[in-house]
Amino acid sequence: MALELTSANFDEKVTNAEGVVVVDFWAPWCGPCKIMSPIVDELASEMDGVTIGKVNVDEHQDVSMQFNVLSIPTFIIFKGGQVVDQFAGAMGKDALKARVEKHV
Amino acid sequence: MRDVVILGSGPAGLSAAIYAARADLKPVVVHGPQPGGQLTTTTEVENWPGEPEGIDGTALIQKLNKQAERFGTEYKEGWVTEVDLKSSPKTIMLEGGEVIETKALIVATGASAKWLGVPGEEELKNKGVSACATCDGFFFRGKDVVVVGGGDVAMEEAIFLTKFATSVTVVHRRDTLRASKPMQKRAMENEKIAFEWNNEVQEILGQDAGQVTGVRIKNNQTGEEKVLEVGGYFVAIGHKPNTDIFKGQLDMDEKGYLDVVPGRTQTNIEGVFAAGDVADHLYRQAITSAGTGCAAALDAERWLAEQE
Repeated sequence: MALELTSANFDEKVTNAEGVVVVDFWAPWCGPCKIMSPIVDELASEMDGVTIGKVNVDEHQDVSMQFNVLSIPTFIIFKGGQVVDQFAGAMGKDALKARVEKHV
Repeated sequence: MRDVVILGSGPAGLSAAIYAARADLKPVVVHGPQPGGQLTTTTEVENWPGEPEGIDGTALIQKLNKQAERFGTEYKEGWVTEVDLKSSPKTIMLEGGEVIETKALIVATGASAKWLGVPGEEELKNKGVSACATCDGFFFRGKDVVVVGGGDVAMEEAIFLTKFATSVTVVHRRDTLRASKPMQKRAMENEKIAFEWNNEVQEILGQDAGQVTGVRIKNNQTGEEKVLEVGGYFVAIGHKPNTDIFKGQLDMDEKGYLDVVPGRTQTNIEGVFAAGDVADHLYRQAITSAGTGCAAALDAERWLAEQE
């Protein structure tokens, strides 16, 4: 399962974290997000050495505003707390995995 | 080799899969870049028969997925890069190099939103440029936004966006709307919606800021130009069938919709059938897509039987 990220733990788990962290910005009313949700959970269990988490933008708007998220699902990849990649929209599991692996 | 491969996982592709799977053809569905298709970007579907309370578009897709899977449908992720439909068996190449061979093929690749192609549009996609108000409208709370288009979808998007945005300006290149009368009335009566008639979008501004800051429009009668200072730009100017990879093999009209034998799903190549929006510029409904998906599976089943 993907890690649940919130306004309270975002710094600790993402921006102050050492390794590669993938963040899925989602909301319960977003169709493509629901398609991506099980894919993101599967990748979270399968990929070693990468932290994968989800932020509910309804509940934690400050986080989505901080990273200028204007469309969901948006994925942001952090490395050493820095944004190294950002993209939006539904995609297949292999495509998402390949995109993450580029940064590992 | 497969008996039937289905490209696309919207209501057309999944209905074809349900029928093909029940006929024991062990279909493979290739999801494509937007799994579930256009229904996943809608909110409530209120006209799907058998759902008197309405159903969420994604929930409907998930039910169709499950139903097709129950009878033995196999799903494959991936994006088709190339097809060879004139060979026997037909071959389908997926991104990443996998090749699938099949006797019959059902094309249900659907349609995607059209873009204007003006400067700044591509660069600012997902940064205030959107083709889906129901997906992205939430992020425009307290902002001013523009909607481009004059049809039902444009009015629906404009009305939906008033839930979040401070103001919605509809930019339309004519002085009348193509939208149905009730939709026009609802939009015109909405105090938050303003219209810029006879205006065409020239450029989306904001590349330096990393997000949309304005839209430059030009009046096509007077030549007058002005900038609308907005944080969002939603385009609703229609759809384009996803048929680029079939060019030169499957016959299509000038807009790219696949040609089929009237009243059937047969394309110009034997064993290749088309279902859903990819061959329908007229109805484009979830239920008509499901209907032609069913027809394509039956046509494929019959064709396969004739080959033996």
